[in-house]
Amino acid sequence: MVETLRFRDDPVPDEPAVSLDAFLDQSNANSVRLEAGDDVRRLGPVLERVRLVEIDFPKFRDGRGFSSARVLREMGYTGEIKATGDVLVDLIYFMRRCGFDSFAPNVPLNPADVESVLNRYPHVYQHAADDTVPIWKLRHPDLADG
Amino acid sequence: MTVYKYDQYDHAMVQARVEDFRDQTRRRIAGQMTDDQFKPLRLKNGLYLQLHAYMLRIAIPYGTLNSTQLRKLAQIARKYDRGYGHFTTRQNLQFHWIKLEDAPDILGELAEVEMHCIQTSGESIRNISADHYAGAAADEIMDPRPWAETLRQMTTFMPEFSYLPRKFKIAVIAAEEDRAAMRWHDFGLRIVKNPNDDGAGEIGFEVYPGGGMGRTPFIAYKSSDFVPQHQILSYLQAVLRVWNRNARRDNIHKQRMKILVHELGEEEFTRQVEEEFRHILTLGTDFPQAEYDRIAGYFTPPPFEGGLPDEIDRSDPDFAVWVDQQVAPHKAPGYAIANISLKAQGVTGGDITAEQMEIVADLAERYSFDELRVAHTQNLVLPHVRKQDLYAIWQTLREAGLADANLDLVTDIIACPGLDYCTLANARSLPVAQQIAARFADPERQRDMGELKIKISGCINACGHHHAGHIGILGVDRKGTENYQLLLGGSGAEDVSQAKITGPGFDEAGIVDAVERAIERYREIRDPGERFLDTYRRVGMDGFKEAIYG
Repeated sequence: MVETLRFRDDPVPDEPAVSLDAFLDQSNANSVRLEAGDDVRRLGPVLERVRLVEIDFPKFRDGRGFSSARVLREMGYTGEIKATGDVLVDLIYFMRRCGFDSFAPNVPLNPADVESVLNRYPHVYQHAADDTVPIWKLRHPDLADG
Repeated sequence: MTVYKYDQYDHAMVQARVEDFRDQTRRRIAGQMTDDQFKPLRLKNGLYLQLHAYMLRIAIPYGTLNSTQLRKLAQIARKYDRGYGHFTTRQNLQFHWIKLEDAPDILGELAEVEMHCIQTSGESIRNISADHYAGAAADEIMDPRPWAETLRQMTTFMPEFSYLPRKFKIAVIAAEEDRAAMRWHDFGLRIVKNPNDDGAGEIGFEVYPGGGMGRTPFIAYKSSDFVPQHQILSYLQAVLRVWNRNARRDNIHKQRMKILVHELGEEEFTRQVEEEFRHILTLGTDFPQAEYDRIAGYFTPPPFEGGLPDEIDRSDPDFAVWVDQQVAPHKAPGYAIANISLKAQGVTGGDITAEQMEIVADLAERYSFDELRVAHTQNLVLPHVRKQDLYAIWQTLREAGLADANLDLVTDIIACPGLDYCTLANARSLPVAQQIAARFADPERQRDMGELKIKISGCINACGHHHAGHIGILGVDRKGTENYQLLLGGSGAEDVSQAKITGPGFDEAGIVDAVERAIERYREIRDPGERFLDTYRRVGMDGFKEAIYG
């Protein structure tokens, strides 16, 4: 069983993540922790100094964090996005597609299950924050990017 | 070709889902998961644990089936269930007596005929419904199903919306007449031509978000007069994102999108959606014309014959009655749309036996270019039949117990499964529906009452659409006994409205009498040509109350 999963090669940020309000107050912090209801767009003006964003899932049914990660990537953020809390193994695949690249769930993960979940679907139907080419594009290889 | 065919990619995705679910079921049966942990996974795949067994809900995208698919459903009914199935108010099919260990094999069999259960329950973007006359209706501006299929693909496993606040239902129509209860959906779309391009005819969508039944009913409002066709995925994503980010998460009964729309107000919800829409458009995630064209190519009209007779031989009076009630105009001369009633006396509305499925499949193959539709009213449709074949079709249907002539009449009742099957219900719906149907069994009396849509729900979740009934019935639990409230004046059609409660409720026998008193009152006071709903709208609740309560 594993406590954390990380899909990045850069050094792990070692500074503890602080709340969004605290982060916006401190001009030298670079790790921030978002609660499910926090408005991720408030990070827009200070994005350059962010190295780690932790997004908490208080219960697996609370899917707000999926949108938070997407919005972060759409703002151009390339640092680490870590999912914490009630992260179910069956959701990790969809989290990866939304831009999450590390995981620290409440309950340790079975690496075999993770492996099988991440490789289950051969294709995707739509664009997301990852670089998987959607099926409609595979169907029209002659088309320029669109 | 008139229905979509999977390509290698669609097959691979559905097959992957089968293996996914097989693995999840194995982990559950092996005790590696509790039902609490398994529940969200099985619900993403249409598997509910009900009173007696598991219920499996199979997606029938935009209500379109071919004969091979219906025959497969008949086989599954025999092999894994009790020899019948149940068509739902969202054009799907449910089996109510499924064993958990069989579910993965059933999914495997469905995949063979290009069917699945993906996102038919749970907090997900549900199967997309459409006008059941699509591609056949004389009044549509185009076939809405290519758009429904495009949206089906784009909303399958949409990662950002893996855990929406609640379920999300989409309906697509392309006619003025609304046969799909479009404005009772979370996201209703009407395909229109651009009202502002001086007749150039650019296709796009009128968008109606925020509808829904349930315990807090709302009719969807219009948020846009025209979203250009190739921006609709962006618009949908914007709506979903505004809802996903801002909905409450602390009370499951207040998490449907309609509640957020109500709390923010339509104007503010629209403003936020438009802001998000402008942003999402810049990401370039919409799909190109070529992909739409590829999908639309599967929905080209069937090869209708020219020069067919347009008259129907009405010399058999029983047949003539059926034609008058069940047959609708078709866009092609010499053709008609034939509605098949699943509301015979004494049966559960929407139920169909395996034998009946096979008979209907044969009819579709022989007479309707291999096409069938499921209506949200839990009936079936042969969409493209030659008028000269109607008599033969009717004879076959009559032998199969499927030739009732009650479309949109008082016995064409929508009722949820109710306390007989459902863990949520407070009261039984099916026996009440059957008693009302028996009370008004006389076909001439039914026809005299004209269009009259009765809809019955066994609890406030409103699966039986009681809010949209001309006459609605809501079963509640009152001090431990079943009690039924009566509602009047709802509509799911283009004249959409929400039914209102008449007053104190009734017991099981009393509700049937109360319905009869309301209908007799209508017959006394109606103006010529008025439907029940029209009379109610003219005279209001006061015009009925005394007759109902004395």
